[in-house]
Amino acid sequence: MSVPQVAVTSERLDSEALVALVNANGDGAVVTFAGLVRDHNQGRQVQFLEYEAYEPLATRALQRIVDEAHELWPGARVAVHHRLGRLEIGEASIVIAAASAHRADAFAACRYTIERVKQIVPIWKREHFDGGDIWLEGATADPDDEAAREKAYRTACA
Amino acid sequence: MRVTVRLFARLRDLAGTGELIREVPPHATARQVWDDLVLEWPGLREYEKTMSVAVNAEYARMTAEVHDGDEVAFMPPVSGGWAG
Repeated sequence: MSVPQVAVTSERLDSEALVALVNANGDGAVVTFAGLVRDHNQGRQVQFLEYEAYEPLATRALQRIVDEAHELWPGARVAVHHRLGRLEIGEASIVIAAASAHRADAFAACRYTIERVKQIVPIWKREHFDGGDIWLEGATADPDDEAAREKAYRTACA
Repeated sequence: MRVTVRLFARLRDLAGTGELIREVPPHATARQVWDDLVLEWPGLREYEKTMSVAVNAEYARMTAEVHDGDEVAFMPPVSGGWAG
């Protein structure tokens, strides 16, 4: 079964499959990032997280991000999968793989991708902690917000 | 005409449903669909400035006209990716 470049899925994430996908041409550098569920957040003891998405738009937004990354770093190829549903402490909510002939581009493309995911992908998490649960909310999603895009780029290149 | 409204995360909790069918007049905009929801569930008003809208699973503006059979989604600020 072929691995898609972008996906939102309730299956456990497999970073090695993403590495194999982006590294098809034998480039010199592959950077991977995995975001894991932390056991604490803002002083709360986290029990587990629940992720939900507007799936068709989330998939499109992820595709837009990898296209943006390819535009910014033409030699880089990026793949990103985001998990949905109930995630336990230590499980990966997102994995990103970025390949390039040079490490600087691979690192930058990977960092850019996670920053943009947090900005424009319609995915939400509900944190279940000792004593209750709460929806966490970050950025107002607006893919045309150039200032947000610029901020992600600056962070990626810092 | 009719549109399908989708609500996500806390918006869904506030309305008590994630999907509903609404009758809207011809040439209605996403804004009108939202205002109509707020009348029914005033708690949604809190998201007036921070929510995003999509029509047929593409990001859109509140001024976008909606058509019969469209799916109009309202979304609170996103929190995917990773917390760090």
